[in-house]
Amino acid sequence: MSARVVHIASNTFREAVRDRVLYNLIAFALLMSGAAILVGQISIDIERLVVINLGLTAVSLFGMVIAIFIGIGLVSKEIDRRTLYTVLSRPVRRWEFIVGKFFGLAGTLVVNTFFMAIGVFAALLYVSRHFQSSDGWVLVALYFIILQFLIITSLALLFSSFSSPLMAAVFAFSLFIIGTFAEDLRGFAGMTQGVTRWLATGAAYLVPNFSALNVISSVAHEQAVSGQLILYNTAYALVYTTMALCGAVLIFERRNLK
Amino acid sequence: MISSRRTTTIAASLLVACMLASVLALHRLDQIRSGAAIEDVLFISSPKLLKRMSLGYDGLLADIYWTRAVQYFGGRHHANAQEYALLAPLLEITTALDPHLTVAYEFGSNFLAPNPPNGAGLPQRAIELAEFGIRNNPNDWHLYYDLGFIYYMDLKDYPKAADAFARGSQVPGAHPFLKVLAAQMATHAGELQTAQMLWTATYKTSKDANIKANAVAHLRALQVDEDVTNLEALLTLYRRKTGHFPAGFQELEAAGLLRGIPVDPLGVPYKLTPDGQVEVRDPDDLPFIEKGMPPGYVPPKQARFLPAD
Repeated sequence: MSARVVHIASNTFREAVRDRVLYNLIAFALLMSGAAILVGQISIDIERLVVINLGLTAVSLFGMVIAIFIGIGLVSKEIDRRTLYTVLSRPVRRWEFIVGKFFGLAGTLVVNTFFMAIGVFAALLYVSRHFQSSDGWVLVALYFIILQFLIITSLALLFSSFSSPLMAAVFAFSLFIIGTFAEDLRGFAGMTQGVTRWLATGAAYLVPNFSALNVISSVAHEQAVSGQLILYNTAYALVYTTMALCGAVLIFERRNLK
Repeated sequence: MISSRRTTTIAASLLVACMLASVLALHRLDQIRSGAAIEDVLFISSPKLLKRMSLGYDGLLADIYWTRAVQYFGGRHHANAQEYALLAPLLEITTALDPHLTVAYEFGSNFLAPNPPNGAGLPQRAIELAEFGIRNNPNDWHLYYDLGFIYYMDLKDYPKAADAFARGSQVPGAHPFLKVLAAQMATHAGELQTAQMLWTATYKTSKDANIKANAVAHLRALQVDEDVTNLEALLTLYRRKTGHFPAGFQELEAAGLLRGIPVDPLGVPYKLTPDGQVEVRDPDDLPFIEKGMPPGYVPPKQARFLPAD
């Protein structure tokens, strides 16, 4: 990776921290400690399940919101402030700018997830009094959540490269919701005929598949995640992210910034 | 500067005052609206729709619905309710969202099956729930045990209870008592011993304090029923020999029919009435007893569970 990409990425990370993005960790800490203490008193026998389900769901949703809301402003904010012209007047290529922005936000999300993971494990230790070997699968679920962040960040950047922040947010949120129904979409496509079938199947493969990346419920029940699933999910997320980033670069390269 | 400080003071005071006023208003609103009107609503009753709407976060939603089912049952039970209209739908939604949430089958079927006020009086729905649980978790022997328990305790359907226990006994790692229970159900042998075995098993296999206390209360009641039956048989025997009932248990002891004064499972001596009936001193402390109650005794609407020792 070129030094310029690293520089842009570190600046993006610093800017996100300056924008108090990591403040969400306070809300997360309150949520986890509240859940860990309260659930045992109002429910029966699901303390551990709630900590894992609530913790991982919160990690996922907080991260998705951060990825979308920061991702959509990464390009437009630089244009509005006119800082983009300063950056591009230096020996920085447009693709380096997009890729650097992507890694900066992805880094922010990884750091955020790391601290949240500490919170999840602390709450787990509080309710279970000890760790067990199956808790290791929670790490796999967290890894899959990070893969989801990579996909949604690249999509937010893609939409941000050609539309207004509002429209980019609408597109990104829509794709997130459609992506959770990706498997249903493929099922519906199988029920249709002719051209509709081809179009529906094409759409089903084009939207990101978030359902395969969601193993929260299984790890909460201490079910193992297969090595193949980890391998193919990693490959899928990397390929999809690269595809969306290439789209963002292609559009941004041709965008008239005057 | 002074103006700014004054604004800050006024705004802060107003904020605190409004916060207090909103709490008071909300408190008043809660009083105006009845608790039942807030509780007894299931806005979305379709488990499939809820699963779709959860956007893949169905595990958390299942936990929320399970907590809601527990709160609903607890609230209705506390109010001595005679019907639990939302209990079955809440449990069905919970288990559709997370078919592996075994705690919802185990406790849920025990909430549904017994007659009110101890449960919803819906043994058939409890059986459907347990069968759904078994289909989704075929390797959990506890679910077969729960199914057999309902067939035996609530429906007195011995062949189906025997079948459930026998199926459970074939699950790898199943507790050995399932085989014994299956055999006992098949032969209808020893009603009392079977009931004792079931409640002992429930006590030993549950981690929940309330379930354990309930099991102990049933075991104590079974013990009282057995004691009263045996003591009344001795009294009949004594009367046949002497022509009258004894004035106290000491006379039975003197006649060599008893060794010591008999006490109930709480250590309190039984009472002997002049007409040869054996009664417990405080039936409120021994819920679920079917024998040994004073004439005209009406049990409290809610069973009082003493601590399990």
